[in-house]
Amino acid sequence: MQLSMFFQHLANAISLGSLYSLVAIGYTMVYGILRLINFAHGDLLMLAAYIVYYGRGMFHLPWVPSILLAILLTAAIGIIVERSAYRPLRDSPRTTILISAIGVSFLVENLGLVLFGGRPQPFPLPVFFDSGSAQEIGGVRIENVTFAIPVVTLVLLYVLLHIVHRTKTGMAMRAVAKDFDTARLMGIDVNRIVATTFAIGSALAAVGGIMWGMKFPQINPLMGMMPGMKCFIAAVFGGIGNIQGAVIGGFILGVAEIMIVAFLPSISGYRDAFAFVILIGTLLLRPTGLIGEKVAEKV
Amino acid sequence: MSRHLKRDLVILVCVALVVAWANGDLKDLLGIPGWQSYAVRIINMCAINAVLALSLNLVNGFTGQFSLGHAGFMALGAYTTALLTMDMAAKDRVFFMTPLVEPLRNLTLPFLPALVLAGIVAGLFSLLVGVPALRLRGDYLGIATLGFAEIIRLIIQNVRKVTNGALGLKGIPPVVNLWWTLGSAFVCYLMLRNFLASSYGRAFKSIRENETAAQAMGIDLFKHKLLSFFISSFWAGVGGGLLASLLTTIDPVQFKFPLTFQVLLTVVLGGMGSLSGSIIAAGIVTYLMEFLRVVEETHYWGSITIPGIPGLRMVIFSLALVVVVVWYPKGLMGDRELTVAGIKGVLGRVRQRLRIKGGRPA
Repeated sequence: MQLSMFFQHLANAISLGSLYSLVAIGYTMVYGILRLINFAHGDLLMLAAYIVYYGRGMFHLPWVPSILLAILLTAAIGIIVERSAYRPLRDSPRTTILISAIGVSFLVENLGLVLFGGRPQPFPLPVFFDSGSAQEIGGVRIENVTFAIPVVTLVLLYVLLHIVHRTKTGMAMRAVAKDFDTARLMGIDVNRIVATTFAIGSALAAVGGIMWGMKFPQINPLMGMMPGMKCFIAAVFGGIGNIQGAVIGGFILGVAEIMIVAFLPSISGYRDAFAFVILIGTLLLRPTGLIGEKVAEKV
Repeated sequence: MSRHLKRDLVILVCVALVVAWANGDLKDLLGIPGWQSYAVRIINMCAINAVLALSLNLVNGFTGQFSLGHAGFMALGAYTTALLTMDMAAKDRVFFMTPLVEPLRNLTLPFLPALVLAGIVAGLFSLLVGVPALRLRGDYLGIATLGFAEIIRLIIQNVRKVTNGALGLKGIPPVVNLWWTLGSAFVCYLMLRNFLASSYGRAFKSIRENETAAQAMGIDLFKHKLLSFFISSFWAGVGGGLLASLLTTIDPVQFKFPLTFQVLLTVVLGGMGSLSGSIIAAGIVTYLMEFLRVVEETHYWGSITIPGIPGLRMVIFSLALVVVVVWYPKGLMGDRELTVAGIKGVLGRVRQRLRIKGGRPA
């Protein structure tokens, strides 16, 4: 394989990896606080893409308002989902909440099928990200969107780490993640913190969804299913509950997936299985993930 | 059964007569025609869904191990049954892209051994999956089994020499009738009921209630979890085999996660840990799946047109799951069972209350 070919794949891999990271952060934050796999997280990604699609196509909004609207609406939907389907079950066994989350995921997907129709729709692209607009560096043709995704991810990661480590809300989040009940005893409004976490996670999923639409400009109501699953795997791989871990996990998963398809085309049919193999391997060999801290299971 | 042997035998014979009537077996003997094929088909689906729900309930409801891999084992069962019952000509018609590997090509078995083998293949794979996966707990186990099911599905999709890949299999002999489906459901129910009453069943329930305490009482957690998983997957395979023969066409896309979702919905609706709940819920869900087709069809009432909304059925079902989990987490039956004595008790209480209302205290 030529070197330029390799760099071409590498660029794609990094941009896919950043997308995974962005969505994986949402999983990891929610899991860190509620110990809940938010199955519906991937479907929020789909909703955001459709909001932009309708904002642009039906209401002719400019780009910035339609993106902001998508982020805000998706965050609001995230809060509503938490409020209606997860909060009433907070004291139930974890599998019960997981069943509820699976139900919400299917509800969102099927509502999407009813409201948006099952036919894939072309995602609108801003001129800057048009499929023709690309940069050539040393014989490697890199589309602008491939550049933009890692940049957006890194900026958002910086903002998020600032929120989590430098603000009062972030401190409360870390406290709730460490010990739910003690945090409540210390006077933290746990419900507000959980809602904030869902809002931030959903907003990140929204950005992920919009970027996803720009990278793979065809959207359908089931588009969130596989990315959702894979980003959860990325979060587990990196060490669930840990934001840096989710980012690293997302990058590794994205890079590995592209590279396997690129270098071993004979097994490219198993592309989607690869993520699950990583998941099972991680859970069995190193359940706390790459950089997760060791937590003793309470009996 | 022994205490009420006479009563149970009478019930069994009555049910068998009704099945024979519905199935059209009385047509030649007595000239009574069978039921409409649509009704028969719904009953067939009810019975298959009951087998699937019962088997998932064994792992999820009775052993407390949250598995989401049912669709994978159903796929194994469906493909095994299909490949073993199709004759050589049918196989050659389907495998026109890549020929089927030799021993399978001219191997055709009767339906019963094929169905049992389907269960065994699914069961053996469940051991392969279970040995690593059952070390995990709770939601991680759910995700891992989901992953294994997806891997099984992808293998089926890619091993074209055996499964015909994404094209799927067509022309599977439509052997199943009410005797097969209801019979399988009956055998499955009896087996699980007796099994759960045995010391193994008690061990399963104790694992569900508290793993650590169960271990302290000397129960080998891993062995029992694996056994539960094996039996569950065996019946999932049988259910998949029945489904393959009923539908006569299968392809890998059918066995994606939504299939597991539907079985999970049935189990949760009926009550995790109730066999009769699973059977009742299988009936309700299957019937509603058909009945709610109404909302997806366009209706014309004179000049008024009510457009049908395709896909609304699944919206209703997923909403139902969330509502049940949030407001009625026990489902229909919780972990109770519907028994003749129980029904008698309820009827007796109702009668008593009516008497009190009528001014004649019992």
